[in-house]
Amino acid sequence: MKENKDSSSEVIKLDTVTMEFNLHKEKLDSMKEYFIKLIKKDVDKKHFKALDNISFTVNRGDRVGVLGLNGAGKSTLMKIIAGVFEPTSGSVHTKGIIAPMIELGAGFDMQYTGAENIYLYGAVLGHSRKFMEKQFPGIVEFSELKEFIDVPLKNYSSGMRARLGFSIATMVNPDILILDEVLSVGDAKFRKKSENKLLSMMDESTTVLFVSHNLEQVKRLCNKAMILEKGKLIAMGNIDEIAEQYEEMTK
Amino acid sequence: MTGIKELYRYRNLFSELVRKGIVLKYRRSYLGVVWSMIEPLLTMMVLTVVFGTLLGHHEKAFSVYILSGRLIYSLFSQSTTAALKSIRQNEGLIKKVYVPKILYPVSAVVFNYVLFIISLIVLAGVSLVLGVYPTKKLLLIIIPLAILFIFSVGAGLVLSTLGTFFRDLEYLWNVALMLVMYTCAIFYYPDAILHSDVYWILKMNPLFCIIANFRSCLFGGNMDMWMLGYSSIFAVFTLILGYWIFEKNKNKFILYL
Repeated sequence: MKENKDSSSEVIKLDTVTMEFNLHKEKLDSMKEYFIKLIKKDVDKKHFKALDNISFTVNRGDRVGVLGLNGAGKSTLMKIIAGVFEPTSGSVHTKGIIAPMIELGAGFDMQYTGAENIYLYGAVLGHSRKFMEKQFPGIVEFSELKEFIDVPLKNYSSGMRARLGFSIATMVNPDILILDEVLSVGDAKFRKKSENKLLSMMDESTTVLFVSHNLEQVKRLCNKAMILEKGKLIAMGNIDEIAEQYEEMTK
Repeated sequence: MTGIKELYRYRNLFSELVRKGIVLKYRRSYLGVVWSMIEPLLTMMVLTVVFGTLLGHHEKAFSVYILSGRLIYSLFSQSTTAALKSIRQNEGLIKKVYVPKILYPVSAVVFNYVLFIISLIVLAGVSLVLGVYPTKKLLLIIIPLAILFIFSVGAGLVLSTLGTFFRDLEYLWNVALMLVMYTCAIFYYPDAILHSDVYWILKMNPLFCIIANFRSCLFGGNMDMWMLGYSSIFAVFTLILGYWIFEKNKNKFILYL
């Protein structure tokens, strides 16, 4: 996580970010395979650009919808902003605490119970146990997981995991909240509740990146949006124009 | 020194990870952390009976001798094995959030070290019962313990890096540990082979040097200066190597998970 101490309102700044993956035909997992390939000089060099030369900035308090078809690079972009991936080239600057929820979930330990994960994830976001103890009842209440809070996470459904992750991430007031498809798994009731929670965070100056295939939802929640296509950023601006453009694209 | 700065910034997470290691290790066992004391005690009894009879050592202090060696060896083997698996074990976190990755292997060594310190209570108890009383030299025991810590962290960093790329290492390391164990003189006196051609193998094993000096402090003898120097240099070198190799490769880990 790189911090930029400039006192502007830019909280996320990407400068010519490119992410390349080395597509191994098969993953080299064992030493034997590795040495055989090394001798044959066959260590695969097939590259794939998941993100191609992306630059943009996001200001404090913006809620940006990230649109694009499957494979456009949305999750990769979120992972780069969250610091999970280091970009192949280019630079990423973010300010403050980032609470990422990527590919339906937060960073949880599956052996740990729901309650233990609340403290663990709190610590990941930089909070002490003491602080999390105060937040604990609110998180449990919002997630509606009271009866399951002492059950190991491996026994949770994906909806339950998403609920727990969303509850923690929103209760600790992060500076940047990354929501990747999180609101698409919960039931309608929880989705509504989450949307309201997000809207109530609008004035708390939390910056939100919101990945969803549901255009209506993006329109409801976001004031800005961007469209990714095959790893390239093809448009970014106010939600109304971008939504229109995206509707054209997906017709 | 960004690594150390980050370690401070993520101190809450670090202590959570140490706690997680301890909690998950004893999950579903009734006695929990108490096992970290019972287990070495039982092992000591078995080893004392077997090797005491086999090698004809009937003095009481032989149990203390075995227990001290056994405790240090198992700290090393358990902490390095835990570190080796630490990146894979925390896959769920690594794939979703940014955390300085060095926290995973280091916390794996630290949680085992915490359990090791708890198990030293057993050693203290057994020593007093069997008539090995502390002398002033016992205070120096902190030196081999510190070297042991540095060595374990260093080895843990090397192994966690390589282990993330090559799953086979888990099995290979088990075999290597067996070799380390037999050259540590845990259940025999090194004098037995002191004058033979193979004694240098023991002296080349840094863990044997640590154990030997640990025992010297415990029994009120003098530390062997050559072993002290050798093991500290070896430990510091391993730590530097481990840190370097880890930092160089840490951004590639995620592609192998």
